[in-house]
Amino acid sequence: MNAILLSALWGVLMMFSGVFIKSKTTPKYLALAGIILVFIANAFELNAFGKGAIHFNIDTKEMLNIGSFNLTFIAVVLACTLLFFLLSGRDIEKVGEHVGEYFALIFFVICGVCISATYNTLLLLFLGIEIMSIPLYILTGSDKRNLKSNEASLKYFLMGAFSTGIMLMGIAFIYGGNPNGSFFINNIQMGEGTMPIMIAVGLVFLIIALSFKVSAAPFHFWTPDVYDGAPTVFTSFMSTIVKVAGFFAFVRLFENSFGKVQSQWQNLIVFITVLTLLIGNITAVFQQSVKRMLAYSSIAQAGFMMLAVFALNTMAKEGLLLYAAAYSIATIGIFAVLIKMNDYTIEGFNGLGKKHPLLALCTTIFLLSLTGIPLTAGFQSKFFMLMAAAENTGKFWLIIVAVLFAAISAYYYFRVIQAMYFKEPGVEVIAEKEITPSFKVMLAIAAVLIIAIGIYPEFVVGWMYHQ
Amino acid sequence: MGTFITFPELLLWLPLLSGIICFFIKDDKRAKAIAFGGSLLVLGVALTSLFYASESYVTYNAVNYLWLKNLGTSFYISIEGSGRILTLLTAVSFPIIFLSTYKNNYKNAGAFFGLMMLAECGLMGVFVARDALVFYFFWELALIPVYFLCSKWGGEKRIPATFKFFVYTFLGSLLMLTGIIYVYLHTGPRLFENGVQSLHSFSLPAFYSTNLNEGEQSWLFWLFFIAFAIKMPVFPFHTWQPDTYDQSPTSVTMVLSGIMVKMGLFGVIKWLIPIFPLAVPKFTNIVMILCIAGIIYASCIAMLQDNLKKLVAYSSIAHIGLMCAAIFAMNEMSLQGIMIQMFSHGINIIGLWIVVEMIEQQTGVKNMSELGGVAQKAPVLTIMLVIIAFANIALPLTNAFVGEFMMFAGIYQHSIWMAAVAGLAIILAAVYTLNMIQKVFYGNTNTVTANITDISLVQKLGLGLIVVMIFTFGVYPQPMINLAKEAVNGLVIK
Repeated sequence: MNAILLSALWGVLMMFSGVFIKSKTTPKYLALAGIILVFIANAFELNAFGKGAIHFNIDTKEMLNIGSFNLTFIAVVLACTLLFFLLSGRDIEKVGEHVGEYFALIFFVICGVCISATYNTLLLLFLGIEIMSIPLYILTGSDKRNLKSNEASLKYFLMGAFSTGIMLMGIAFIYGGNPNGSFFINNIQMGEGTMPIMIAVGLVFLIIALSFKVSAAPFHFWTPDVYDGAPTVFTSFMSTIVKVAGFFAFVRLFENSFGKVQSQWQNLIVFITVLTLLIGNITAVFQQSVKRMLAYSSIAQAGFMMLAVFALNTMAKEGLLLYAAAYSIATIGIFAVLIKMNDYTIEGFNGLGKKHPLLALCTTIFLLSLTGIPLTAGFQSKFFMLMAAAENTGKFWLIIVAVLFAAISAYYYFRVIQAMYFKEPGVEVIAEKEITPSFKVMLAIAAVLIIAIGIYPEFVVGWMYHQ
Repeated sequence: MGTFITFPELLLWLPLLSGIICFFIKDDKRAKAIAFGGSLLVLGVALTSLFYASESYVTYNAVNYLWLKNLGTSFYISIEGSGRILTLLTAVSFPIIFLSTYKNNYKNAGAFFGLMMLAECGLMGVFVARDALVFYFFWELALIPVYFLCSKWGGEKRIPATFKFFVYTFLGSLLMLTGIIYVYLHTGPRLFENGVQSLHSFSLPAFYSTNLNEGEQSWLFWLFFIAFAIKMPVFPFHTWQPDTYDQSPTSVTMVLSGIMVKMGLFGVIKWLIPIFPLAVPKFTNIVMILCIAGIIYASCIAMLQDNLKKLVAYSSIAHIGLMCAAIFAMNEMSLQGIMIQMFSHGINIIGLWIVVEMIEQQTGVKNMSELGGVAQKAPVLTIMLVIIAFANIALPLTNAFVGEFMMFAGIYQHSIWMAAVAGLAIILAAVYTLNMIQKVFYGNTNTVTANITDISLVQKLGLGLIVVMIFTFGVYPQPMINLAKEAVNGLVIK
């Protein structure tokens, strides 16, 4: 609740800041202050500083469900956003004129994320997803004079609107087919018998709509173009925080509403998972541009996160939290470095290890984490996901398929590592003056976080059980 | 009784620490010295631990920290049995490797030696781990530094060669990970000392006492075995190996062939056979036939090789194949032989690589047909090489004889035919090894070898140590046999 209210308020504040603040750099600091404030407010609600601390409590008639699981997820998202601001804040300033608005839109996205993390009715799920998506359409097109950015925005908007329609229809079907006549996700839950046809149709529509939002195959076609066309800073944001929020909503909905009839829809999820892993990984292998490679890799990683929807157990929840943290930190880190590069192709990274050892080392750690090498957060998150999927007995072959694709993913992540360390540097690898000491420090902190979570994942997961 | 720090911890943290320090040292010589000093310290610890090996010192040899309590995993490490022999091998090998390549200059030496020490840490971790997750962690961590070492400091075609190596082993380990997860889900609950309880357990003893049925064990066996077979490598999973050995810097090749291949053997001994007792008899013959086919195949290729490095690489495949076959013969004799041979093979192959390295360094050539007459110019080197080569073909009075004899005796007990075919390996080994000596060291000098000089004092010291070990354990193998016996007794043999 704290996070929802504060982030919405701060978004409004940021929007009006343009009227009073003429400087281009000030909004960044205002946004930083805002996100820290939201984070602290959320931590209060999580009882991180002991019980009975301040928080707003509005009676929502149980339309929102606020537990430590949800709050931990919000905390992860906020922490990643803070990292994103710190690493890429200066690059947001470069996108265009209206810096305050970009930050405002990001705060609105955060508000949407918080709602879709705590919703307790289908109505609020819809609201959350929409509040999250609409600012993103604008952010994608924010590079107004760039044709690719415009195209991406339009494409994203059209496809997004379409999937929203499907989602709404799914919700309508479920509401209509449900004898309880309720929007509350817990009341949709039926007995263990076969689903009535209306509910089944609604369920499939919801799977389609949510798969679209998390870019799972075969609903992923918008992803590469949109991620490639959007200004790189915003790609970084939407491919990480927004995506994991989509998954969180996905898992919560299916656990609470359709958990008991899991066996009836599980095969559909298995199909989507395998297809997502296949398409994401195989296509990423052929990419020459790192930005596009990361877009496909985000599809591939979505395949792994789909395992949480497949498993729907405690382990899967823990795994999702870890995945959210591990994947977001690593991807934001890589994008932060990528933005500074002159050349977005893999050759553009040639010899970075010689010119900027620290940057290369941090990028290597992020890439190793995405590959899933032990001692990094990426390993723990993949490991938790695999464990969760294995606990949900009967389809052990699925986790073997998943690890085979993880092995393929090594190919494209390691190409970047090879370019950085084993190839000779080109003329000008990187925009030198962009690399400030504070940027380096932040990048190093992100890398240390990756390793810390990799060694001791309870550092994140433990909060889930915090009372 | 609380001990301040235990031996296995020292074996891990000392290399890790010296490795990290190396990264920050800009001065090449100092980095070299720190790495060498660190490896000597580790050797000291490993040797000291031998005196505290008995039951009564168990608190010095094992440590168990709670790690992820919900998962039932703990940082459980201990030195014992076969692990002790391999930690000893690792500890002995690194100083020798550093010593014999002391003259080499590496670009960016701090990073080179740092990665070497990290590799040592990873290897030690594999050999002391008693918890499946810890084992997996170190299994992968040993790979990463070696990957970087090969790709950064290797030969011309290093990048594709080492990447092939990486993908192969990574795939193998991921398959093993899925196997570990499956076994884990079938273990009993684990109660930790401080009262925390978890549903399942990653500890090795828990893995030993699962109730998996024969069908499950059968496919799990292959998930684990493929990971180990790739690492060893056993035919037909060996295709990464000759290229990687050829392209890596020689000191890394020594680590790879001397120690890293033992990870595979160790895995089979400790993490495969005892966990799947029902599946092992079913596949014993298949695995042994693969191994023996590999021995013959690799020996034949070695005979036809002109490239010195590839010759040694293939000879290593043959030796490892024999060891793997001996493990699956599964009697006390062959297992004891294995324990001894794992150590001896490590020493001998490192010796061979040292010689190869010296020749390549001085002449810049690795094709045997272009060499000749080295003996006239470098008599000491030649004598050393001949001794090491004899050890490589397991002549009596050398260290390898004891182990290889016991392994053959063990395989013979299992099947006469297999022993007979595998026995060909000894003859073939003699053929290619002696052929190599003849081509490279005898005959007339040519333009390439005319300017060779004999080895320096430091190099003599490195090779001398190996020769001393070859003879000591060849003439008086009793200490090794005792260690091996203890290791075999520690295994669960059914």
